[in-house]
Amino acid sequence: MLSEFLVITVGAILVNNFVLSKFLGICPFLGVSKKLDTALGMSAAVVFVMTLSSLVSSLINTFLLVPMKLEYLQTLVFIVVIASLVQLVEIVLQKLSAKLYESLGIFLPLITTNCAVLGCVVLNAKSAPDAIQSTWYGATIYGFCSALGFALALILFSSIREKLDLAKVPEAFEGTAISLVTAGILAMAFLGFSGLV
Amino acid sequence: MNIAIIAILAVGFLGTLLGVIIGMVAKVFAVEVDERIEGVADLLPGANCGGCGYAGCADFAKGVVGEMATPDQCPVASPEDVTAIANYLGISAEEKEKMVALVRCSGDEPNTVRSMYNGVRDCRSAVLVAGGAKGCDYGCLGFGSCARACPFGAIEMKKGLAIVHKDLCVGCENCVAACPKELIIMVPEAAETHVYCNSPEKGAAKRSVCKTACIACRKCVKASGEEDHMEIDGFLIRTNYENPPGPELVEASACPTSALRTDKAHAAGAYEGTSK
Repeated sequence: MLSEFLVITVGAILVNNFVLSKFLGICPFLGVSKKLDTALGMSAAVVFVMTLSSLVSSLINTFLLVPMKLEYLQTLVFIVVIASLVQLVEIVLQKLSAKLYESLGIFLPLITTNCAVLGCVVLNAKSAPDAIQSTWYGATIYGFCSALGFALALILFSSIREKLDLAKVPEAFEGTAISLVTAGILAMAFLGFSGLV
Repeated sequence: MNIAIIAILAVGFLGTLLGVIIGMVAKVFAVEVDERIEGVADLLPGANCGGCGYAGCADFAKGVVGEMATPDQCPVASPEDVTAIANYLGISAEEKEKMVALVRCSGDEPNTVRSMYNGVRDCRSAVLVAGGAKGCDYGCLGFGSCARACPFGAIEMKKGLAIVHKDLCVGCENCVAACPKELIIMVPEAAETHVYCNSPEKGAAKRSVCKTACIACRKCVKASGEEDHMEIDGFLIRTNYENPPGPELVEASACPTSALRTDKAHAAGAYEGTSK
């Protein structure tokens, strides 16, 4: 049991990193990685949303969609559920904890319909019924760890980009080009983790 | 057919249910926001420049409504805007003179160059290397840190010299903070004639590195006669912005180095680094 969780944790953070080996969530990965500050905010929002949506989607899948034989509606239902869930959390958060609401800020609604979030819950739902990932606690842990992996990649990348700002980049490589090259090299570095689990 | 109906029903039901839940939660957890905040924010310029010291216009509106700030603290808003906000809130507005930025240097390239600088193209980096590449230790470094700090595009880099376009400047003071040489000051918009030099060195030392330095010959002081237009500050003449001179002083004083010039001529590049 414990070893299975360990496999999920290491697998989700390092080996099957969402951004660098599954290529999900590339948009925020490139979009909000210019500054470490915004990257941290985004990472916090992703961890928050992904954990929560993994839990809720897994519950809905096990207790609603599977018994009613509506598995083919998974993607559709998950999008609706995640979007309303985030909306709900945002409203509640604004009332109960203005501080947390302000620190997550614009990132919370931004990440709602992100493909990394949807990809995570779909992967949970599609995993074999007897796998630990298909149970609600397994799914939650997987969602949390995947989000941590995303955060790790985003923070690493934004730190590199902050340093890149001060480097002399050849004119043809300036801007997006050098970012993409950097992301590619980072992905290759993460390839070294394959075979770990 | 059956499948389609079930799918439509299921998703439709789910959507309606979630919508109702969100609606109810929004009612229960509604946060009371002073509607005047939005009203004030609408009247503000919305440039989010931070010139007022708040984090953007919405935050400033919150401060104004909370009576922690006054509308005229917004440097961008025109007097009419300030009056409109004051009327909206029912408080009295104070008239404030509009200020614009002024870069007190006319030393462009190749007028004043001492060495090559190949580091990061940023004034704050360049100043760390023996005070920059210009011959004058007090002049504009020319890497445009102020131009990048300007959210309104009011500063143009021309031949390694920052030039403020007065009509675009709103007075947010972002450039003042960005300049490592503390060259930029805020002056009244009505003032047209300025001394484009900020070097406190002796005249001969300045002239050896810059053709357009102010050598404190006092011609302009004499030309302004009884009027207290110019102030003497060591080896430098400064404009007295309490009582700024008009453009006619440039003709009258015949400044030998052209350090005294009108902002219009300066922005148009009428001198291009040479004295008349």
